[in-house]
Amino acid sequence: MTNQTDPTGDVRLTGISKTYGAFTAVHPLDLTVPQGSFFALLGASGCGKTTTLRMIAGLEEPSAGTVSLGGQDVTALPPYKRPVNTVFQSYALFPHLDIFENVAFGLRRRGLKSVKKQVGEMLDLVQLGEQARKKPHQLSGGQQQRVAVARALINHPKVLLLDEPLGALDLKLRRQMQLELKRIQTEVGITFIHVTHDQEEAMTMADTVAVMNAGRVEQLGSPADLYENPRTTFVANFLGTSNFIEAEVDSRSGEEIVLKAGGGKLVLPEARCSAPAATGGKVLVGVRPEKISLTHADDAGEIPDGRNRITGRIADSSFIGVSTQYVVDSPVCPDFEVYAQNIDRDPRLVPGAEVVLHWNPAHTFGLDAAQDADAGVEEAA
Amino acid sequence: MPFVNWLKRNLVVIAGLLTLGYLLLPNVIVTVFSFNKPKGRFNYEWQQFSLDAWKDPCGVSDLCGSLSVSLQIAFWATLGATLLGTLIAFALVRYRFRARGAVNSLIFLPMAMPEVVMAASLLTLFLNMGAQLGFWTILIAHIMFCLSFVVTAVKARVMSMDPKLEEAARDLYAGPFQTFVRVTLPIAAPGIAAGALLAFALSFDDFIITNFNAGSTVTFPMFVWGSAQRGTPVQINVIGTTMFVVAVLLVLASMVVGNRRNRHKA
Repeated sequence: MTNQTDPTGDVRLTGISKTYGAFTAVHPLDLTVPQGSFFALLGASGCGKTTTLRMIAGLEEPSAGTVSLGGQDVTALPPYKRPVNTVFQSYALFPHLDIFENVAFGLRRRGLKSVKKQVGEMLDLVQLGEQARKKPHQLSGGQQQRVAVARALINHPKVLLLDEPLGALDLKLRRQMQLELKRIQTEVGITFIHVTHDQEEAMTMADTVAVMNAGRVEQLGSPADLYENPRTTFVANFLGTSNFIEAEVDSRSGEEIVLKAGGGKLVLPEARCSAPAATGGKVLVGVRPEKISLTHADDAGEIPDGRNRITGRIADSSFIGVSTQYVVDSPVCPDFEVYAQNIDRDPRLVPGAEVVLHWNPAHTFGLDAAQDADAGVEEAA
Repeated sequence: MPFVNWLKRNLVVIAGLLTLGYLLLPNVIVTVFSFNKPKGRFNYEWQQFSLDAWKDPCGVSDLCGSLSVSLQIAFWATLGATLLGTLIAFALVRYRFRARGAVNSLIFLPMAMPEVVMAASLLTLFLNMGAQLGFWTILIAHIMFCLSFVVTAVKARVMSMDPKLEEAARDLYAGPFQTFVRVTLPIAAPGIAAGALLAFALSFDDFIITNFNAGSTVTFPMFVWGSAQRGTPVQINVIGTTMFVVAVLLVLASMVVGNRRNRHKA
């Protein structure tokens, strides 16, 4: 593929890996990021996401594999010859240059003489036109972050790499910058590859998210797809919260798998089961806390037929405004989490109350029981 | 007790002023006595005000010659020590190589060695090598003892520098040379400048090492020492005062330039 120009500007990683001595930071990885997309690499610290990003930038040399941009193999090119720019986590603004010169840096290095108009426009885009003659240390964190974005974007890179760019900002500013970055990306249409450990940030901003764990991509897909159809317990726990019940396959009827768990029966659509479900085999049944309804045991008769149901006792409840979060102690799962919208609050649902948990079988997903049900729990918190 | 209260409030200022006085008093004496008209050959007692020495600073034979030798040696020693010291500092901070730890501590040995011992040993070395004592032996010795100071000053600066800045420069189309000239060097500059100033000051007034290794060459400190045996010409104070004033003016000028630049930018 060397030197062929592909009309598409896709970023393509082929069999790329990185090892430091005996430690493998990134296992051989194939990844294609379509041109113009907002792509997020999501994972806990040390999962290899930043290393992957640095290999695309050229700041880290891959141990094996190739990086190609728009069909051109750039694996052997040094960073200053790649049409790629990075927004660093620490911003890395040049302290001895003012904001104008920081933003103009890339243009000047490529030999452009008249940079005034372009720099002015770029500073306006990030709403910092007034600050052009200030030094970086005179700006606030959010402003410095925008300078870092402007300094990279002004070069019209094929790909903009963002290495945890919002990590140093406080929560409110982070929300604001998430929207800002999304707006800029839509406006300029450049491919963004965003590295983050914040699942909410990845889901809010990205079109496609790759969840990384221990140097591998666990799953790749749209935020909604990853959330609704996680294929591993790591993904299920890292993105939001999941409840797992270990169940045995009882029988199969058409599109549905019927499972036995603690004396009761649960139904799981076959299409949503990523594990091999042979009769008599084990499956981890997962369900998200907000999909579950809580009914007091006295009203159990009012629950419509055809819903999955399990019984339990409320162990704890916390009111958080938009919803109430319950922890239910059930024979099949000790800490079942349930989020109930505060629409009609049943005053009987207090700790100690006997309840029935029930949900639409379509919201159930099935995973291989061989894995740790708590994988990714710590990291997400 | 208004006085006690006043004292409490201004204690820091008073302590500061007293310390400053302690530091500056010798300089004041040097300046005042440059306007003296001594009776004998020794400029130790105040007699009467006179501009004689200022009108004829080179009036004492060999004084301006020795000053010129000292300035030349200080200039070249500063240049040599700053260049080498900066390279060493970068190597020590940036690269992992065998014996890095050893070099890191050995570089400070010349600072710790008593100067007289160092001077005598250097003389032994030069004599054994059959070197002709003079300008070059002084210069070699000065570069040697200035190096440790330059390395220390530059190293501190380079260590506090974020390596991500250079990565950012490379990411923004600056090749290795451009990265060094546009980013690394400007950021390290204050450390390098501090090292260079230190080297100049150390070299200019070094007496012990110079005296051992100078042969027949006479530097300004050697001239002052030598003449002090026979009498102290007022011109020595004139040179001293001039050096002091030039240094103060340079500091003031850099402050004014810095302020103006900041005001202009803001």
